[in-house]
Amino acid sequence: MAGQEPASIRFSGVGQVFETESGPLEALRGVDFTVARHEFVAVLGPSGCGKSTLLRIIAGLIAPTSGTVSVFDVPVTRPRDDIGIVFQKPTLLPWASVEDNVVFPARHKTGRVSRADREKAREILATVGLAGFEKRLPDELSGGMQQRVGIARALLMDPDILLMDEPFSALDALTREEMGFELLRLWEARPKTVLFITHSISEAVLLADRVLVMGARPGTIIDDSPVPLPRPRGIETTKDKVMHDFAGHLRGLLLKRAA
Amino acid sequence: MTLQDTSAASSSSGQRKMKQPLGRRISRALLRVPGLLPALTFILILTVWEISVLVFSVPSYVLPAPSRIATGFDAVSTHRWFQHIWATLRVALTGYVISIIVALPLAIALTRSELVNKALYPILVVIQSTPVVAIAPIIIVVLGAGDAPRVVITFLIAFFPLVVSTATGLLATPRELIELSKSLRAPVWREITQIRLPYAIPYVFSALKISITLAIVGAVVAEFVAADKGLGFFIQFSTSMFRLPEAWAGLGILVLLSLSLFQAVSLVQRLFFPWSLPKKLL
Repeated sequence: MAGQEPASIRFSGVGQVFETESGPLEALRGVDFTVARHEFVAVLGPSGCGKSTLLRIIAGLIAPTSGTVSVFDVPVTRPRDDIGIVFQKPTLLPWASVEDNVVFPARHKTGRVSRADREKAREILATVGLAGFEKRLPDELSGGMQQRVGIARALLMDPDILLMDEPFSALDALTREEMGFELLRLWEARPKTVLFITHSISEAVLLADRVLVMGARPGTIIDDSPVPLPRPRGIETTKDKVMHDFAGHLRGLLLKRAA
Repeated sequence: MTLQDTSAASSSSGQRKMKQPLGRRISRALLRVPGLLPALTFILILTVWEISVLVFSVPSYVLPAPSRIATGFDAVSTHRWFQHIWATLRVALTGYVISIIVALPLAIALTRSELVNKALYPILVVIQSTPVVAIAPIIIVVLGAGDAPRVVITFLIAFFPLVVSTATGLLATPRELIELSKSLRAPVWREITQIRLPYAIPYVFSALKISITLAIVGAVVAEFVAADKGLGFFIQFSTSMFRLPEAWAGLGILVLLSLSLFQAVSLVQRLFFPWSLPKKLL
């Protein structure tokens, strides 16, 4: 099956060197991996290991120094329309209402917002649990709700690929877990390829089909393991012994690397 | 002491309130009415001023008492006052508007292009470092009579904070939003108008507030050098004739004018960009 269907994302021998004032900085070296269509892959690693660089390369925001990155078998040379990004901070426009923030990609790309865009925005807002909040301003919302708006904004263009850069790391532990389950619900209802960057082991295990573990300086993939947990996952998954064993395996990898 | 202790222990909260020292209760009452305290301070200063002038018999051509200054307002007809106010206001506002028209595109150019930045920024700093008061006479000679030289002087004083503050604001946009814009492959001008400029609004308004008072300074300085109308001219003329109460009255009007303009700018921000205000001021 993998033979017929092109991989959503394919990294082959990707390296990234940044020229900084204190000399060249190797952020990524020899990164190879593929993500199948509608697969949920978590990239787990310590801070400064190049996780975000990885994401920005797929998004077409930076070009890799060496190697190639393809999305649906097309080399990435510039940003694509079928990729949505959710950032670490919601970074909403503080002057625009929740709905205007969600339709912002349409306004920004085409210069106008159609009635269909607005309808779609309201529909997406309802699915992320924000019905009734359309006219509110971002700073009237809690951190968790703001990030829901950030996710809704990324979903407006109905992307095939969703790139998420530690989207829940600024939230408190309880909201974070809740948002994780909510994301799974959204993903199961409307399957997408998700590349989810995180430094939380339990988050990676709970959400993903597969976990890529990255080591730092330079950033390389040191482990690529499927998560041995059935779906759908929920609060009872967190008590599963298999989950704890797998999390322990990942923790071991990260600690060995750090030592 | 023991009496107070027992009464405090046994009394209800209402009674405890009564036991508060008088001074504290007065200061609470004063703080409750907005604007009352500065008004009282102002009246106190005027009173001390009035009494000092009276007691030490200071001649009015040195320091007129507030009551004497009040008569200074009557020395000139209302019509004439408005002519002076309008002359100053016209120059200040024209210079102000031109600084805005020049500063905003200039700030955008400075932040977009390294070439423009490297070529222009040092010159801007040189202009800002030149005391405008010192070149005012030269500008008057070059540009001759009329509003033009005064407007140029006002512009030179008012535009620099606008350029610097707007440029800072344009660069303060969160990186993620710029990346969002890039990932949508939106045209650069839309990145500026839909993301960067709105993000710079709080910075622009801080500068607009500073610049409006600087515009008044510019207009007055220009009138000191060469003018036959305007509040700056009036103050200088009255002083040279030893009509100090009139000069003080002119100063009073100038301060009121400057304050009103500052409040007008704040009002525009509050009405049209309420989200750009710090939470406390809302």
